[in-house]
Amino acid sequence: MDTSQAAIAPPYRMNTRARFEAEVMRHLGAAYNLARWLARNDQDAEDVTQEAALRAFRYFEGFRGGDARVWLLTIVRNTFYSMRAGASQDRLLDDFDEVLQGRADEDTPDPEVLLLRAADAQQVRAALQALPAEYREILVLREFEECSYKEIAAITQLKIGTVMSRLARARQRLAVAVAGAETSS
Amino acid sequence: MNCTEARLLLHAYLDNELDAARSLELAGHLDACAECMARYRNLEALQHALRAPELQHRAPAALAARIAAQLPHDGIRRTSFRRRSWPALSAALAALLLVAVAIAGWQAWQSRAHQADTLAMEAVSDHQRSLLAAHLIDVRSSDQHTVKPWFDGRLDFSPQVKDLRAQGFELIGGRLDVLGGRRVAALVYKRHLHMINVFEWPADADAAAINSQGSDGYRVIGWAQGGMRFLAVSDSSDLDTFTRDFRSAPMLAAEPR
Repeated sequence: MDTSQAAIAPPYRMNTRARFEAEVMRHLGAAYNLARWLARNDQDAEDVTQEAALRAFRYFEGFRGGDARVWLLTIVRNTFYSMRAGASQDRLLDDFDEVLQGRADEDTPDPEVLLLRAADAQQVRAALQALPAEYREILVLREFEECSYKEIAAITQLKIGTVMSRLARARQRLAVAVAGAETSS
Repeated sequence: MNCTEARLLLHAYLDNELDAARSLELAGHLDACAECMARYRNLEALQHALRAPELQHRAPAALAARIAAQLPHDGIRRTSFRRRSWPALSAALAALLLVAVAIAGWQAWQSRAHQADTLAMEAVSDHQRSLLAAHLIDVRSSDQHTVKPWFDGRLDFSPQVKDLRAQGFELIGGRLDVLGGRRVAALVYKRHLHMINVFEWPADADAAAINSQGSDGYRVIGWAQGGMRFLAVSDSSDLDTFTRDFRSAPMLAAEPR
């Protein structure tokens, strides 16, 4: 790769690839983190990130400024769901997971008042990993990527109101799961 | 503020998504209510635990290199053409060019409609958010002479605030909002139990009129008048009447035109 030329060329002469690397590839870390939390294993996360980056490059001509990070995260998320839909067996397993998870939480009276001790990272990781994808992604976007509600709404194509209620629900379920792990350990 | 209201707003407070007035109100409630305070501390602890750096996954160093190796150098993806013969390819390109020219014209026309759609959807989102946070209002007043000056200094334009009490629409207040990436004035009116948000900003060149009915019961009506662009959003069946009344109501004071 000839980086010296890109460094010398004034911005308006930069080719698409150089612009892509300057604007989009620097968010690869965020893209991988989201993909890894969605896919839940290294290999799939790398596949999703790579496919998303290539898709992003293909759409890059149509990208009219704005926040490149939000744009890339949107593509990562869509790529994950379309790849997961392709691998139907995985999806079945995942859905089954989520049904069980949903039942387990229903009979907890008021999860918000459960006392959270300083939970260790292992417990939080395990609890987050076990949440359904829709809750996992919203927590990752909010807490790790520090996206605003508006950005989350753009990435997930949800309404702001839905973002707010889903985030509240995700936190409740995570709190229940972490508190449960604490009492059983 | 009561506990039910406070519980709704705790998350937005934690995430710094509340306006100053509501934040102050909620902070006041938290000081007085131990139970809500405990809830809030819990949420804070959870957020803190989640933000531990060891929970972040770091991309393997080889990944960036692997992706870079697959990106074409000049912005055109050639890989899929490699096995085709050149005459077939140039014929295909010529045909493609014809289609592209035809599409370009249609798209230019289409993109204006699309922009209007996005704007309408975003306006509905803003409207819903304002309702959720218990009427996100920065300046609460039914007096247009209070609301209008409040905006001055906060915006680079002077919004039109109209008194429609005689027509049955009560002005509740105003706030700043963001629509299509720019700061806009949002006026909140009320009739019976229905809220109406009116967004206002200086008109751009190609302000398309909007009248769309969302699947979720919200209607959006957009128009341009006196150099300003307006979007009214509500689930009220009186939105047509409101829009007509708003447009025909006299402007307040001397408006630089």
